[in-house]
Parts: sequence; structure tokens; C-alpha cells
Amino acid sequence: MSSGFVGDLTIFALALLVGFEVISKVPATLHTPLMSGANSIHGVVLVGVVILSAIVNGPLGYVLTFVAAAFGAANVVGGYAVTDRMLQMFKKRPVPAAKPKGEVE
Amino acid sequence: MSSAVDTGVRLASLAGASAFVLGLHLMNSPATARRGNQLSAAGMTVAVIAVLVSVSHGGTMNAARWLVLISGALVGAAAGLFSARKVAMTDMPQLVSLFNAVGGGAAALIAVADYTHNSHQVGNVAPTATVLDAIIGGVTFSGSLIAAAKLQGYWSQPVNFAGGRALSAIATIAALGAGIWIIAGAHNPWLLLIVVIAAIGIGILMVLPIGGADMPVVISLLNAFTGTAVAMAGFVLENATLTIAGALVGASGGILTKLMADAMNRSVLSIIAGGFGTGAVGVDVAAVGGGSVKSIAIDDCALQLAYADKVIIVPGYGLAAAQAQHEVRELAELLEERGVEVSYAIHPVAGRMPGHMNVLLAEANVPYDQLREMDDINPEFERTDVALVIGANDVTNPAARRPGNAVSGMPILDVDHARSIVVIKRSMASGYAGIDNELYSDPKTSMLFSDAKKGLAELIAAIKAVG
Repeated sequence: MSSGFVGDLTIFALALLVGFEVISKVPATLHTPLMSGANSIHGVVLVGVVILSAIVNGPLGYVLTFVAAAFGAANVVGGYAVTDRMLQMFKKRPVPAAKPKGEVE
Repeated sequence: MSSAVDTGVRLASLAGASAFVLGLHLMNSPATARRGNQLSAAGMTVAVIAVLVSVSHGGTMNAARWLVLISGALVGAAAGLFSARKVAMTDMPQLVSLFNAVGGGAAALIAVADYTHNSHQVGNVAPTATVLDAIIGGVTFSGSLIAAAKLQGYWSQPVNFAGGRALSAIATIAALGAGIWIIAGAHNPWLLLIVVIAAIGIGILMVLPIGGADMPVVISLLNAFTGTAVAMAGFVLENATLTIAGALVGASGGILTKLMADAMNRSVLSIIAGGFGTGAVGVDVAAVGGGSVKSIAIDDCALQLAYADKVIIVPGYGLAAAQAQHEVRELAELLEERGVEVSYAIHPVAGRMPGHMNVLLAEANVPYDQLREMDDINPEFERTDVALVIGANDVTNPAARRPGNAVSGMPILDVDHARSIVVIKRSMASGYAGIDNELYSDPKTSMLFSDAKKGLAELIAAIKAVG
């Protein structure tokens, strides 16, 4: 077992723990944008596709790269765009709230 | 690559990964969440630019490779942006499922491409990660596509067929067998092809038998799978950015899976095994169910609401199915103008994915400080004059507090603690759990038999007439 692998495993385990810690504080109100935002983060797979694009060759390699690049880019661009669209809908109550009771009647 | 460029790329990747964590942290409040998402997107941009700089300095990129990479990315980005702009908020779960599918698919393709080009496959760590990436990515890809199709309503019923389980078992054995062969040192692309095809089969067979109402759990689980697949791709390519981001998503999906399963009172395993109530004990509510219910006229209900001090609205997916979010917001505003305190009690599984109901109401301009979580609002029901239940059923059934029935132990909204309860419902049909809701026969409860949209519109008119 290489030391590189142990290093990667360490990073993986720590990131998992950080993830649990940070995400358990997100309120249920925001769970849909949270999932959609997390979705965009796994669009980071695009970084992997770029690394791979530098080594592939032949028709098979090119097809695999093209499809993977399309998948990854759709994931990352669409994910962030739709999360932003959702989050901008979450608004606070406009400042002058309800009139005090009695005034209406 | 010169070491200065290499260091710069690594530091940029670190900045990207930090932005993901900080972005998720800012999601802990609706006031900062949008900034969090933008920070996360900025981190992603930095990480992608860094890797582009890195490969262009690596000296192995040529015109053909750039062309394939950039054209693929442009096609994908356009498709992603288009669907993100167009999607209706009720269809959000389908889109999230599709993004899960492409993310998992891309991770699996990385495994295939790396393996066929034999680029990092030394020792047995990389082959192990490759096999895991191919299996998890393949399962996520096909499973998410089936989930999206089910959510879209192509078929929402569980699909069971003879031999389904046997087929799953064969696919699992094939995937593991070929996978272990690869890890043991055989380098044969056909073996990996078997792994990928078997994994795609497992994903299809896993999601097909799951019922539509279990979808919040399934989407969360597939989200966790995608994260894990991406982390595995990080192991294959020895890239920490992928590993960190994948782990963060895996954690997020894992937490949401657990929360959703708890909120539905189901174990993740029993959902995957398929069918509701597979482990449920005999139902005892028959005696109570079918008890007398009283119905209420629109005008009486309007008076009750108009002269209340505190009203809690309990929306379920039926509200969104009837497209009545705007009517409910209008009703709430009308009551607030009269000085009534109005809030919304949101059960964790209201909707088709975690937190879905909040997005649907936010879209209808309901301010987020009125959207209250279950544990937060439950103590307030006893101080509430009217609880207005619209399109929610099982999550309000007091039978959940007793053992021995299909909803036993399910966390519920304490609607029955309110001074009076009005339920807007089309008929007495039972909910997903298939049992009668004891709330409806409670002496404090009145039933307003109507379609949600029509009933609310009539209520609004009647309250305006109260003056």
C-alpha cells in the first residue's frame, strides 16, 4: 500500500467528517437547495475529465472524453444555476408586517 | 510541468476545496445561502481553471484532445443551463436526479477511460478504486435515470416482476466477480465492461420496485452514491480535489438519507428491498377509523379563520399537486392583514425530495421566516386557534404515537393539539400508509370537502366578504 493512497484516504476521511459537521447544521427549510448545491459540487468530476483528456487517444478515448465532459459540464453549470434560481426565491418578510389587530375592524 | 506552476495549481485547488466547505457552511441560514452557493461556484471555477492550466503545461494536450474536451463541455454546459432555467419547481426532484445520473455517469466513464488507457493502474489500490468507481457510478447512473422517469410520472407504481431478485443477484455476482478479477491483477478491458454493464443492471433493478412516495429517500441515497463515485474517481486519478468534493457530497447525501428515512419511519434497507409496510405489524385502527366525521361549510370556516388569533397552515404534496401554492399565500396574507398570526408547519417529507415544500412555497412568495420546521412548531399547536391542513395526511395521524399500526413511531406534526382543525380534502381516501387518519374523526376536526385550489379560492372570497 503506497503512502500516496494513505494520504488520499486521510483526506477522504477528514472531508467526510467536515461534511457531516457542516451539513448537519443546515435547516430543513433549505434541504432542497442543499442537495442541489451538493449536486453541483460533485460536478467537480469535470476536473477529473480534464486530467483524463490529456492522456486519451483513439476513437474510444475521444468518445469517452466527449461524453464525460458533457455530463460533467451539464452537472456543474446546471447545478449551480438551478440552486441560485431556487435560493433567490427565499425572501424575508417585507418590513411593515401585519397591521396591529383592531385597526382593521 | 515546472514546479512553480505545479505549486500554484495545488494552491488553487486548495482554495477551491475550501470554498466548497465555506459555501456549504453559509447554507445554514436562508439569509446567507445564496452567497454560499456563489462562493462554491467561484471555488469550482478556480478548480477548473487550475486543472486546465495544469494540463496545458503538461505538454500532452494536442488539438484533437482540446477539441474533444471543449466541445463536450460546451454541449453539456448548454444543456445544463437550459434545463436549470426552464425547470418548474415541482419538477426539481427530476432535475436533481438527472444531475445525479450525469455526475455518476461521468465518474464511471473516468474509471473506464483510465483503465483502457492504463494510465494510473499500478499496484492494486488504483484498480480497486477503478472497480468501485465503475460499480457505484454505474448504479447511480441507471438508478437515477429510472428515479427521474418515475418522478416524471412515466410510471410511479413499484414495478415487480418474477425473477427480478434473481436477476439482481446474478448482476451483483457478475460485478463483484469481474471486479475481484481485475483487482487481483488481470488487465482486460472486457472485464471492466462486464462490471459496468452489471452495475447499470443493478441500478435499474434496485430503483424499479421502489414506490413513488419513497422517492425522497431514494434521491438522497443516489446523491450519496454520486459523491462516493466521484471520491473514488479522485482515488483513481490521485486528485485530492475530487476526493474532498466527493466526500462532502457523500456526507450530505448520507445525512439526508438518514433524516428522510427517519421522518418516514422506514429503514433504508426496507425501502431498497421494496414495497411499503413490508415489516408492518397488523393494523389496529379499523375500530377507530370510519368514525363519524363532520363537514364544514365555506362560510363557517371563513368566520373561524377570520376571527382567530393564531393559525397554522399544514401543507402537504397534495397542495402542490393542485397548484394551489399561490392561493394559500393569498389566504395567509389576507388573514395577516386582519391581524391573525400565520405560520406554516412543514414536515420533513412534505414533497418529493428533502425540503421540497419549502421551495414550492418560497416560489409563491411565502417569506421564509413563516416556514417552520416540525420540531420547532410542534409546541405551538396547543396555542393555535385553527390548524388548516391542506393536502397532508399520514404526517398528521395521531395513531403514529401508538404502537401496532402502519404509521407507528413516525414523527408527526401535533395538529391534533390545536383548539380546532380544518382539513381541506377531496374525499376520505386514505394516505400512502393505507390507513384511516384518526385526526379526521377527532371531535375538534371539521372537514372541508373540496379541491385545494377551488376550496382556498372560495375561502378567500368568503373572508373578504366578512369585511
